[in-house]
Amino acid sequence: MMMNGFPRGHCMSVHERWVAGRLRWSADALEQVARDVRCDILTLLANAGSGHTGGSLSGTDYLTAILFHEAAIDPGQPNWADRDFWHVSNAHVSPLIYSVMAERGYFPLRDLLGFRSFEGHLQGHPSAHDTIGLEVSAGSLGQGLSVAIGVALAAKMDGHPRRCYLCMGDGEQQEGSVWEAAMSAAHYKLDNLLAIIDVNRMQIDGPTDKILNIEPLADKYQAFGWHVINIDGHDMNTILAAFEEARSVKGKPTVILAQTIMGKGWSAIEDDYTWHGRPPTKEEADEALLGLDANYGGWWARLEANGMMP
Amino acid sequence: MSGRIFEQRTTREGWGRGLVDLGQKHDDVVVLVSDNTTSTQVHFFEEIFPDRFFQMGISEQNMAGVAAGLSRFGKVPFYVTYSAFGVGRALDQLRVTIGYTPCNVKVGGGHSGISVGPDGATHQMLEDIAIVRAIPNFTVLVPADFDQTRKAVVAAYSIDGPVYIRFGRENVPCVTGPNDPFEVGKAQMMADGNDCTCIAMGQMVSEALLAHDALAEEGIRLRVLNMHTVKPLDEEAIHKAARETGAIVTAEEHQLYGGLGSAVAQVVAANYPVPMDYVAIQDHFGASGQPDELLDAFGLRAVDIVMKVKSTLERKA
Repeated sequence: MMMNGFPRGHCMSVHERWVAGRLRWSADALEQVARDVRCDILTLLANAGSGHTGGSLSGTDYLTAILFHEAAIDPGQPNWADRDFWHVSNAHVSPLIYSVMAERGYFPLRDLLGFRSFEGHLQGHPSAHDTIGLEVSAGSLGQGLSVAIGVALAAKMDGHPRRCYLCMGDGEQQEGSVWEAAMSAAHYKLDNLLAIIDVNRMQIDGPTDKILNIEPLADKYQAFGWHVINIDGHDMNTILAAFEEARSVKGKPTVILAQTIMGKGWSAIEDDYTWHGRPPTKEEADEALLGLDANYGGWWARLEANGMMP
Repeated sequence: MSGRIFEQRTTREGWGRGLVDLGQKHDDVVVLVSDNTTSTQVHFFEEIFPDRFFQMGISEQNMAGVAAGLSRFGKVPFYVTYSAFGVGRALDQLRVTIGYTPCNVKVGGGHSGISVGPDGATHQMLEDIAIVRAIPNFTVLVPADFDQTRKAVVAAYSIDGPVYIRFGRENVPCVTGPNDPFEVGKAQMMADGNDCTCIAMGQMVSEALLAHDALAEEGIRLRVLNMHTVKPLDEEAIHKAARETGAIVTAEEHQLYGGLGSAVAQVVAANYPVPMDYVAIQDHFGASGQPDELLDAFGLRAVDIVMKVKSTLERKA
């Protein structure tokens, strides 16, 4: 599945390299990758026996689009100085983060089978020290947006075209530090910053509007000085159009409110908040994978066999 | 207790001047502050390098995270506020984003200790060393005076990883000179002696020197170590002090639990147990008052060191 956009052995300018780092895959191709990513998520969760299923499946489409279409990155050189910045702040969706990274070529697919194990390099919540390609460690909510602001400020200082993609959860909006950061991003007019919020309307203890209502989210971000785009977070064409719109916005940061369904792709658990932090058994994964035209044994074998490195 | 006459300057000015020293040498140094530019003395940096200075407002958690982001793309950020908030409010960011990654972020802990004075207990940070020293990957520096703080700031730049630098608000005695060497992780012998060692940090080093002089009049020879680096701790200097002097008293403007005394005791107990005692805040919050009055009232004076040295010597085999 993996390839990056760099013609090797050709001397490129910063701008050329930056452009080449973007895969810009079509919506059709992205849908196919997203389907593979969902299969990876279900398989690695069942294999590990713990982890967060619901949010990993709700955020799959836009994170796939960031890494396979939008962001300039080079998994072969994860610390490439001219890379775009991407980071997932609601980092309990680590099954999603690792699956997309593996499909994109940051590390072999078989490493997904070491998720949450002492032998593996994929911690339950992401550790930048252990997993090459992550920008910062994460797992405590409400911290990532600030990090993205720092990156965006550095890019502005340097006159660099870098863009910053920062994913958050909707439950995460309950953290006060998110709003410190939201105020700060607008204050510094960071139009190179795009935040994407996974509005799946669920958190551990129940629906967000019952636990601590975060709405009206669009009004809040508008009031804080952001450009707000509200989309269906499972429609690839819409996601790509929102990315394009964000690029055209000047003088303010943009937030995409991705309206999603927790557990998307496995109909038996969709919109069921009890699946926030629960993994499928192997039998349940088998059933879920059937809906994606796959099966647990076959997908496990795919991960195990597929050790390709970039 | 008197005798030595020290010039008086603030450690916070050392922080502010040190940043200018760095800024002049290194284009990648950036400074972030949380609505206390002058009181943390970063106005010196702001005046010369306005494009590398970020006012973050009263949002310490955001400031810590922004510093982490800047560090990912070639900047060396120094963020500063009162340590009560820069450490207290932003602890989660210090632990997860900055410590665990780890990020090359330098944290200035201003207005530390009880000597902040009239502002009272909320602003008198007495737990910062215990907190930061417990986070893996952090280097923890507590310079003793103006010149040493300035040097600690410069030294922090050369450390690849997170560094915490503690300093205070008030004038404190200048116990080191501008040309004295400063080496991270190496305790500085301020006075030699073989009867007992006082291991001190921050402005307590000057109190330890006064205690040294007073004890000398009674024929007690006190060694004084300036433990400006609390992490990594100079274990060799502590071993030597235990073996050669057989008794240790620590002195810090910090809570008894988790600070320098705890750190030294861990090393002593594991290697060469000798009688010890601790001059520190005894598990109390601070209070409003004049700095000198508070140092007296909370038992952070040379006379307190002298008393503890004498009682510790009684327990010495």
